[in-house]
Amino acid sequence: MKITDVLVIGAGLAGERCAIEAAAAGQSVLILSLVPPRRSHSCAAQGGMQAALGNCAKAEGDSPDVHFLDTVRGSDWGADQEVARIFADNAPVAVRELAHFGVPWTRLRPGTNRYHIKGQQVDIEEPEENAGLIMHRDFGGTAKWRACYAAAGTGHATLYAVDSQVVRLGIDVLDRMEAISLVHDGERCHGAVVRCLRTGRLETILAKATVIATGGYGRIYGNYTTNAVINEGVGASLALDTGVVPLGNMEAVQFHPTGLWPAGILVTEGCRGDGGYLLNAAGERFLVDLEPEKQELASRDVVSRHMMNEILAGRGENSPNGPHLWLDLRHLGEQHLTTRLREIYEICHDFLGIRPWEALVPVRPTQHYSMGGVRVNKDGQAYGLGGLFAVGEAACWDMHGFNRLGGNSLAETIVAGRFVGARIAEFVSASGPGPDSALGIQALRAQERRLAALAERGQGGRSIYAIRDELGEIMMNRLGVFRSGDEIETAIDDLNGLIKEVEGTGLRSSAPGSNPELTFALRLPGMLKLGLITAMGALARTESRGAHYRTDYPQRNDAEWLNRTLAHWREPADAPELSYEPVGLLDLPPGHRGYGASSQVEMQQTVADYNASVPAAQTAAGRLPSTEPLGARLRPGAWQGAFSAPT
Amino acid sequence: MSPTAGRTLKFEIFRYNPEDPASKPHMETFELRETPFMSLFIALNKLREEQDPSLQFDFVCRSAVCGSCGMMVNGRPSLACKTLTSQLDTTIRLHPLPAFRLVGDLSVDTGSWFRGMSEQIGGWISEKAPFDPEAKEERMDDELAQAIYERERCIECGCCVAACAVANTRPAFVAPAGLNRIARFMMDPRDVRDEADWFEVVSSDEGVFGCLGLMGCQDICPKELPLREVYAYLRRKSLGGLLGKKAKRA
Repeated sequence: MKITDVLVIGAGLAGERCAIEAAAAGQSVLILSLVPPRRSHSCAAQGGMQAALGNCAKAEGDSPDVHFLDTVRGSDWGADQEVARIFADNAPVAVRELAHFGVPWTRLRPGTNRYHIKGQQVDIEEPEENAGLIMHRDFGGTAKWRACYAAAGTGHATLYAVDSQVVRLGIDVLDRMEAISLVHDGERCHGAVVRCLRTGRLETILAKATVIATGGYGRIYGNYTTNAVINEGVGASLALDTGVVPLGNMEAVQFHPTGLWPAGILVTEGCRGDGGYLLNAAGERFLVDLEPEKQELASRDVVSRHMMNEILAGRGENSPNGPHLWLDLRHLGEQHLTTRLREIYEICHDFLGIRPWEALVPVRPTQHYSMGGVRVNKDGQAYGLGGLFAVGEAACWDMHGFNRLGGNSLAETIVAGRFVGARIAEFVSASGPGPDSALGIQALRAQERRLAALAERGQGGRSIYAIRDELGEIMMNRLGVFRSGDEIETAIDDLNGLIKEVEGTGLRSSAPGSNPELTFALRLPGMLKLGLITAMGALARTESRGAHYRTDYPQRNDAEWLNRTLAHWREPADAPELSYEPVGLLDLPPGHRGYGASSQVEMQQTVADYNASVPAAQTAAGRLPSTEPLGARLRPGAWQGAFSAPT
Repeated sequence: MSPTAGRTLKFEIFRYNPEDPASKPHMETFELRETPFMSLFIALNKLREEQDPSLQFDFVCRSAVCGSCGMMVNGRPSLACKTLTSQLDTTIRLHPLPAFRLVGDLSVDTGSWFRGMSEQIGGWISEKAPFDPEAKEERMDDELAQAIYERERCIECGCCVAACAVANTRPAFVAPAGLNRIARFMMDPRDVRDEADWFEVVSSDEGVFGCLGLMGCQDICPKELPLREVYAYLRRKSLGGLLGKKAKRA
């Protein structure tokens, strides 16, 4: 048994930045990771990190206020606006801190710079006085160029810089270690039971604060995801299994417009930000007419829907793996593609055998990001269970609502890591001695029994991998870019069938040690539950908001659905329980996003009445008190007068 | 494009499970029908899911950016995820990377090795002053930022370590990846360490003078890092460091 002040589960950017904050405050910190930290999925982020530094010509007039407006509009008003405010206000300092940690951000070159903007080649003069400041590139759904970047390896450069600080501070990272259950008494979390992926041995780690920083769960979409193979929802399952912590907005699933087809590998939005086009099989730029204002750079949910419509109308390129569209980067040229988009060139070279300045890149919308996750208050503390925190993609903090803007998640990892890390440090300082070890031993025994029961099943039934593949097909085909009530209902029936089936499925291998089949068998039931919660949330939400699009309810409905879905799974129930809470205090009133659909069902309440209902409703939903009162960071109306503010 | 398919591939795979007292290191043969554009990521997962669920190997990103899947492919250190079977003969021999502790079968412990290397060389920015959240970022010429990024591109896959004769025989040698990492911080003006400070780290048999110049590292680096340039830079800087040291003493 190990004892620590802070146990961080997951060594990606959010987890590590959080750990640094707690360690710098003098607390003992232990990080667990499925893989060596620098292999975490954060390393695969490519195009950029949003922060309103306003350094280049096309960023002039940018500010945290404009970033806040873009983020709330991007979320289709599903975000918690106070959290979006905390985020936008702190993103600049987070990016500058990363420069201090050594990230080699691309810098501004003064003089004439040639850009590709909306199909035109444009020469823009960058002033000498801004030479050497952090450069920005354009991204979708933003009014200004705001994404800071290091070629197309921004996640890699950032993760290496942050991990170098973890090494420097001497923070212990136990890699190849998986948390398989939380130690808790129904009111307070006290750590986790962990399983070593080298030896298979179990151990308890007791902690005053436990942090879930395990990233997303895109692998429930099988191979139809840009996510790494480790993104199997371990953290969401840990929280769900407590029975007292809800998951938020699980039906809010992002599809990235440009997943490489059919491999599913991400091709950054920075490609379109730097001037790349989307083409149909006839070679037409179909988005110019559909989105005159933003063209290829509307938000991801909007572009993905236009792309799927193009494919469904038969204008996609046919391939043995199904139809796709093209990303055209040829006009950006070899020089640009081998420097500022170098990683995209490498992917094209390694996996397609093509040179993107000569050939088109096959793409199709692909599952990419989980807006939903462990529901937390603004301090990052989970609803319903003291001492449990969540941060980054694993959390529903909730600055993304129903659609995340490109470059906002990388920025969230650092902003939230800093902010929540500081709150955790305060929490630990204020908490008394930890639990006696009996609780930890009890939790360990429960996991030993779980493993023994799995081993006793013997061989039988389909392989767990066949069940996983079926899950992926159900999710992509019936809970994809377009959804309808009928299809979701069949998905729910099928998922319930799989949940029953997996209970009786045995293992083929009894190899001593960590046993990769056993490792996956422990995760699969949780993945199926996450799939079911996604489906049930999607069925219940009879409107279209952000990435959640119902063909049978195509309008956003602020009169009935300006809320967040919460899902509990209270054992021994055999189904999740859905409830709803207000999205949070409103500052920017719901309206038109500036791209995509132009009408919605208006809210009936006044903003003042809506806001008055928020504190009590969220407390009833399990929100724990935060250090500062609700709304303290909101700065209502501060955005008025900012560029692109509504008039 | 040559999506060779329909061949029957013969995989000869190194097997050993250190957690199983009955396990002895040996080679095991599997057969698999090739599909179009099959990579070793696809092939190994198929073998595990359809033929032997106990087979151990590591993949994470499957897009050649995370560095997890370094292994010996027909005797050559390679990233398995971006190795297509169509580039290989029908008999494919797979071994774990040497120079790292074995976890099992094709899986090795690169994480501990790289953490140790980072600690050994001080693989972080030693900054001039604490971070000032109120200040604008320090300026940097974009040419220099690009040059640092070029060194930063190492994904710590361990292929160069496996390909290095010195690293295989002298565990304290920081190896090509370590030398590249040193060069990355040495050229970064945000780092306060000067040539004399680096002299201790670089100018020994554990540093750049341990290199025998066989350059297997540059030949196999999956990210095509210009390691020859790195070593020339370090040797030149070491000389400067030596002179600087004498000057300090005087």
